Amino acid sequence: MTNIWANYRFLILRRFTQISLMILYVGGNYWGWNFIQGNLSSSMLFNFVPLSDPFAALQMFAAGAVMTTNLLVGALIITIFYMLLGGRTFCSWVCPVNLITDAANFLRRKLGFNQIQKKQPASRSIRYWMIGLSVVLSYILGVTAFEFISPISITHRAIIFGLGMGWTAMLVIFLFDLFILKNGWCGHICPLGGFYGTIGKVGLIRVDHDADNCTNCMKCKEVCPESQVLFMVNKTSEQVLDGACTNCGRCIEVCDDDALNFSIRKLAKEKNNENNK
Amino acid sequence: MVSERRKFILGMARSAGLVALGGLVWSAYVDEVKANKLILRPPGALNEDDFLSTCIKCGMCAEACPFDTLLLAKPGDNKPLGTPYFTPREVPCYMCEDIPCVPVCPTGALDKDLVSTDGKLDINKADMGVAVVDTKNCIAFWGIQCDACYRACPLLDKALYLEYEKNERTGKHAFLKPIVDSDYCTGCGLCEHACVTKKATITVVPRDVVIGKLDDHYIKGWDKADEQRLQNATAETTTTERSKRDAVDFLNDDIGGLLDD
Repeated sequence: MTNIWANYRFLILRRFTQISLMILYVGGNYWGWNFIQGNLSSSMLFNFVPLSDPFAALQMFAAGAVMTTNLLVGALIITIFYMLLGGRTFCSWVCPVNLITDAANFLRRKLGFNQIQKKQPASRSIRYWMIGLSVVLSYILGVTAFEFISPISITHRAIIFGLGMGWTAMLVIFLFDLFILKNGWCGHICPLGGFYGTIGKVGLIRVDHDADNCTNCMKCKEVCPESQVLFMVNKTSEQVLDGACTNCGRCIEVCDDDALNFSIRKLAKEKNNENNK
Repeated sequence: MVSERRKFILGMARSAGLVALGGLVWSAYVDEVKANKLILRPPGALNEDDFLSTCIKCGMCAEACPFDTLLLAKPGDNKPLGTPYFTPREVPCYMCEDIPCVPVCPTGALDKDLVSTDGKLDINKADMGVAVVDTKNCIAFWGIQCDACYRACPLLDKALYLEYEKNERTGKHAFLKPIVDSDYCTGCGLCEHACVTKKATITVVPRDVVIGKLDDHYIKGWDKADEQRLQNATAETTTTERSKRDAVDFLNDDIGGLLDD
């Protein structure tokens, strides 16, 4: 039992946050709970605090919409929150699509696809092109372009407001990640992830690597959905400062040698491995 | 050995190709769903173009609606995903006086000012659409007495009134024909919901789709206010050249004169 907790503690906590947020949103819609109402695009916390998706707000700005204070305050709160926390914390702790892509990834590992196809044929920077495309298309078409196709919103609305043909979008992402490209959606294409990764570059909660403890077993790189951020493993003791890190903590729990841990970002550049246990 | 520069150029070209492909498919899809003009929006909605750029698809209007009238478009509905709409034949808008769906909108896509009179919410100002009667199939136009839509109308005798007319066929009965006044109709759809025919013969459609628009030179001479427009009117002289030939000359020309060159 303690082993399960030690090996899966962040996974369990992440599923707990993801699912309880969904339940709270569903409760907000069906039973009138006023903890949080709306959805991940825009919500109202305690009937008082507005929260809005800053990427959707950016598209609205590009589309030429008149921005209300409510929306701007909401987007600012979310931006600051993820800036401090580390941007892609959203991806692994909140986003419902993470459940789908994690499932695809789990199957991929179990079925040994990663051994068959070692090299991934696509660039991880597609997502930054997608951000640009979202903004340009929003400007040209006068609509919030990514919100029109976003599988994140489709999935989240499906849970709160009903499914429709929404399952097709989920299935496509699952199959894409399973058969076509490892970490395809979340790690290569999703512009929302790219956006949070960009604003969260300065995030305070970072994974710290202690190369002295590392035995080079490479379990961390195997589970990491953005394995390029762990380039320093077994080489140098430093923090994972790449914005693409989703703070999912999988690397920490699979490490048997206490070589990886969460830490607070070192603001001054100094080597100090002692106080980051 | 392939040079770094060539690799870089190829990489950029590939990305540009992918962006072009993705952008084209993506914008084609958005353009297609945007083309649906028959969507009924909640009260206070901005005009469709502004609405689509402003709605963040949070669904708070749908959550606030006590009758579950408002739905969010799902994949497969052929409407812009996540935007609120309603289908009056299933659940019409019951025109709540406190209009709970509008003030909750965080982005102003549902604008309070559009449904307020002197700063107070006024649902009668809502403009979700306008009802249209199919006079061929409406049984009231056959002479059968039915006033289901009229009774259902929340703006009875204003938005929907009955026109009495003698039924010449029987000689002793009256037609009670429902007539919509588009100046008052809010498009709530209570009439469509109440209609007794198999498929409703009174239906709500977005105003833009069915309401016509006149050129400026049509003026109601019998209407004082409309007549005022003449005060500031300016005359415009056109200079189309008139033919000097007699009409009869055209008839005496050979057929060539009748054909366009």
